[in-house]
Amino acid sequence: MLFKKYFLIIVFFLFTTHSILANEELKNKIYKNVRCIVCQGQSIYESNSDFALDLKKLISKKIDAGESEKQIYDFLISRYGEWIVFTPRFNFNSLILWLLPLIVFAIGGFLIFRLNTNKKK
Amino acid sequence: MNIRYRIIILTVTLLIIFALFLKVLNSNKVYQPNHMIGKKISEFVLEDLFDKKIKINSKELLDKDFVVINIWASWCIPCRVEHPLLINLKNNNQINIIGINYKDERMNAKNFLKTYGNPYQLVGVDSNGEVSIQLGAYGVPETYVLNKGKIIFKNIGPLNEDIVTKILQLKK
Repeated sequence: MLFKKYFLIIVFFLFTTHSILANEELKNKIYKNVRCIVCQGQSIYESNSDFALDLKKLISKKIDAGESEKQIYDFLISRYGEWIVFTPRFNFNSLILWLLPLIVFAIGGFLIFRLNTNKKK
Repeated sequence: MNIRYRIIILTVTLLIIFALFLKVLNSNKVYQPNHMIGKKISEFVLEDLFDKKIKINSKELLDKDFVVINIWASWCIPCRVEHPLLINLKNNNQINIIGINYKDERMNAKNFLKTYGNPYQLVGVDSNGEVSIQLGAYGVPETYVLNKGKIIFKNIGPLNEDIVTKILQLKK
């Protein structure tokens, strides 16, 4: 009986610790991807400005309330625009940015392939 | 590869690059924080600065045609600069201004209004800056003009005569 009790306590402890660590990891991930708009080239993770501290508190509160990463980015972008996140989202405006490396890679590959086949001939 | 195809591919590639450069050249490179313009304000409830029992609810602003929201703090020097303009707006133009006191001590905020005058119809206390972020604020001072709960104008930094004129034009 006593063993069962301790076992349950340990499982509960491990579960809570894991959940806290996962939340902390997510918070840090978001902090590092959110630009401190009133600083120069810093994320809110690195900044101690009032603006960054307020945003960190709000993001932390939202994660603790169960909001997803996407919901948080949507909220921030609706207030401060796409500029607030370091990683641009995949949409029509950023389409070229995301696809250009792939296109260049494909064209390069095609040219190399053509050159090789021409040499063999 | 046929020479004609090569020329076509080269021309198309150059045209795409040219179009890209043209788009970037014509885009505005000055960062304009106007993302909240045209959007409805989020719901918020703030405690009144003078009476904790009074709550300022954003829902009450939704049916008003013209409301000015000013985010300020007693520790903010630019807020002192714009304060006489806010007083003028209230006294000479009968504009309802809702103040949001940003991350301040209640006593300091009250003393500020006692010393420099109170232009606000109501003053809500945003002790942790959360409501200001909901409004898309960067710091203090900031001024918003609302029409039926929708942000129609936003000014970052202290007001000046030109901005006040713009605000008054919006009222007409």
